[in-house]
Amino acid sequence: MTISADHTAQDPDTNPPASNAAAPGPVPEDAASGAVRKFGITVEDYMLPARHQIQMVGPDGTLNPHTEQGSQPGHEYALPGDEELMAAYEQLVIGRRVNDQNSALVRQGRMAVYPSSHGQEACQVAAALCLSEGDWMFPTYRDSVAIMARGIDPVQTMTLFRGDWHGGYNPAEHKVGIQCTPLTTQLLHGVGVAHAAKLRGEDTVVLAMCGDGATSEGDFHEALNFAAVFHLPVVFFVQNNQYAISVPLAHQSVAPSLAHKAVGYGMAGERVDGNDTVALLAVLGRAVRLAREGSGPLLVEAHTYRMQAHTNADDATRYRQDSEVAEWVAKDPLSRMKTYLTGRGLLDGRRAAAIAEKAEAVASQLREGLSEDVLVDPQDLFKYVFSTPTPQLKEQSAMLADELAREEAAK
Amino acid sequence: MSPTMTTSSEANGNVSAATAQAAAKAAATAEQTGPQAVTLAKALNTAMSDAMHADPSVLVFGEDVGMLGGVFRITDGLTKTFGKARCFDTPLAESGIVGMAVGMAMNGMRPVIEMQFDAFAYPAFEQIVSHVAKMHNRTKGAVKLPMVIRVPYAGGIGGVEHHCDSSEAYYAHTAGLKVFTPATVADGYRMLREAIDSDDPVMFMEPKKLYWSKDQVDLAALRAEHAANIEGGTSSEGRAVVARPGTDATLIAYGPSVPTALAAAAAAAEEGRSLEVIDVRSIVPFDDETVCASVRKTGRAVVIAEAHGFASVASEIVARVQERCFHHLAAPIRRVTGFDVPYPAPKLEHYYLPGVDRILDAVDDLQWED
Repeated sequence: MTISADHTAQDPDTNPPASNAAAPGPVPEDAASGAVRKFGITVEDYMLPARHQIQMVGPDGTLNPHTEQGSQPGHEYALPGDEELMAAYEQLVIGRRVNDQNSALVRQGRMAVYPSSHGQEACQVAAALCLSEGDWMFPTYRDSVAIMARGIDPVQTMTLFRGDWHGGYNPAEHKVGIQCTPLTTQLLHGVGVAHAAKLRGEDTVVLAMCGDGATSEGDFHEALNFAAVFHLPVVFFVQNNQYAISVPLAHQSVAPSLAHKAVGYGMAGERVDGNDTVALLAVLGRAVRLAREGSGPLLVEAHTYRMQAHTNADDATRYRQDSEVAEWVAKDPLSRMKTYLTGRGLLDGRRAAAIAEKAEAVASQLREGLSEDVLVDPQDLFKYVFSTPTPQLKEQSAMLADELAREEAAK
Repeated sequence: MSPTMTTSSEANGNVSAATAQAAAKAAATAEQTGPQAVTLAKALNTAMSDAMHADPSVLVFGEDVGMLGGVFRITDGLTKTFGKARCFDTPLAESGIVGMAVGMAMNGMRPVIEMQFDAFAYPAFEQIVSHVAKMHNRTKGAVKLPMVIRVPYAGGIGGVEHHCDSSEAYYAHTAGLKVFTPATVADGYRMLREAIDSDDPVMFMEPKKLYWSKDQVDLAALRAEHAANIEGGTSSEGRAVVARPGTDATLIAYGPSVPTALAAAAAAAEEGRSLEVIDVRSIVPFDDETVCASVRKTGRAVVIAEAHGFASVASEIVARVQERCFHHLAAPIRRVTGFDVPYPAPKLEHYYLPGVDRILDAVDDLQWED
């Protein structure tokens, strides 16, 4: 292991300030300077999001003219390759099927709860596809589809919601953090993973995910600031789905956009149409690439919509109008991508049928996996508190074993 | 230039034989041998330094721990010795410090982080309770968090508000955290090495009023002891010790209250009463065996702690001892703790803190006439 990172990007004895003609005043060698030189724009123009959100394919499924994609100097995006687009479409279809299957399983009482990402599948899929094998993802409770798209077994992913343990997959094996229910605490874990990797000289990038409501949390601030100060390869990905349970974005923040928060930390921010898979792949792909190349952290805000209630326990009709939901139906990420790919000649009926079949296979895997009566071992309660159980836990474990033995004997 | 160090693959996971060898090597090259006057601060500093020498995955960070060496100077010289990559200052944000340490521990490091003062650790409470304590459990042991959160705690230094809290009960109440608190200089070294070696997260509560207390200690011998323990798979972890043997009653204390209990025992001895003093050392796991063996022997006990008595570690100790030793008790177990008031201003703290007289009064109340 080599430990050779430099934490002090602004420390004059490790990094002499570079002169930058484009920016007023002396600019220290920091998170942005390299990127500024690369793009030939000011620090502010680099860090502030482009004037408009990046959108490549509009709601009707047609490619926007290049001049109407929201790009501007230093915020330019290339169209992703055909193979990437098709891989994304396949995951979109699977993701939608997973969302709807899981919601059905909750209604049937086979799962305790499911926070659906219906309508946000483009964000889910792009989050998984933008990463390389050695990269890490830190998801929230609503990011099950992203986790599956990253390659984790669907049934393992749903263990948390099935209710037999707090997590079903090994984060270290898959490089995917546990699905975090407290808000934004996981962003700091992502920062730490990136920091450790940087200290060892590894080129790991971390994608740390949260929602719009979560940006109000203190750990959002601390995570962004730590990542910026330590110049770490973290892409913060905010899915702005407009609601934190019932509270609309206007009650969380009056910033021009959530992506504008980036400049306050000395990092670059960008806004993207969160229902446009093509733009998401382009924006997240570039963010990951920049982070890997040493540009420091970036913040990407995707503008999307939570089509369904927060969870099955929520009633969305109490706080939003059907007309608002209908507006977003027209922006659906799946139909948009289907129209676009069909128009491009990449998707035909045969291919669509093959993808639908794959999605159906995942759905049936979920139905089977979640209908099983899962055997839980009560002794697991004590096994995983510490590496070695304390004497007190051994006593309690024996007490429970005795209770169960007596119950068994009384049968 | 950035500091660079390379080593073999033992970085992640248990302390290996290679680590033990490195520690032995460090012992061999120790500045001086034989017992000498050493402060608790120096012992803690040496423990971190030795652990960093032995294992490149050990990192130290927090507020002012770099060039300044910490507000209590416990990390003095570590940045100079190990470079800014391994001992560094963070932005001033405790949740950030703990949360980042969680991620680093998930990814092969063994962070040793400093909360500047007890009450300044509260912004990190969510990270500690919801993640540090639970990661091992929710991942069924797949992800361990070998991290140490050092907390200078308790009072007796005339500190202003928010600098003197006894916060150990919050952590002890949280399943999944080990809670250690040394009371002697030698234990400062010994227990911090063991905390850093632990694959479980440890809240390391340092009695700040004892930082500058000195004992005659042989650091080289402690290093050798640590190396031998690793070699032999032994440890002092989770063990209470008899700090002073006695026969008439047991004083149970930990951290900053141990010297007070010892002073009370010395005063009682002058009056012909033999008090045994137990230094709990490890609040979690708790050493019922040692504590109860003493109480069964003496038949009387007083638990001493600076923290408020209500719903406290002292309450827990009383409950445990009472459940296990009831038929050996000649009197109800007494507690001498801080009052249930916010930690007082400097000019009032001596009224609040358990002192020798209050302890001896409690001992006098243990129904000696019955």
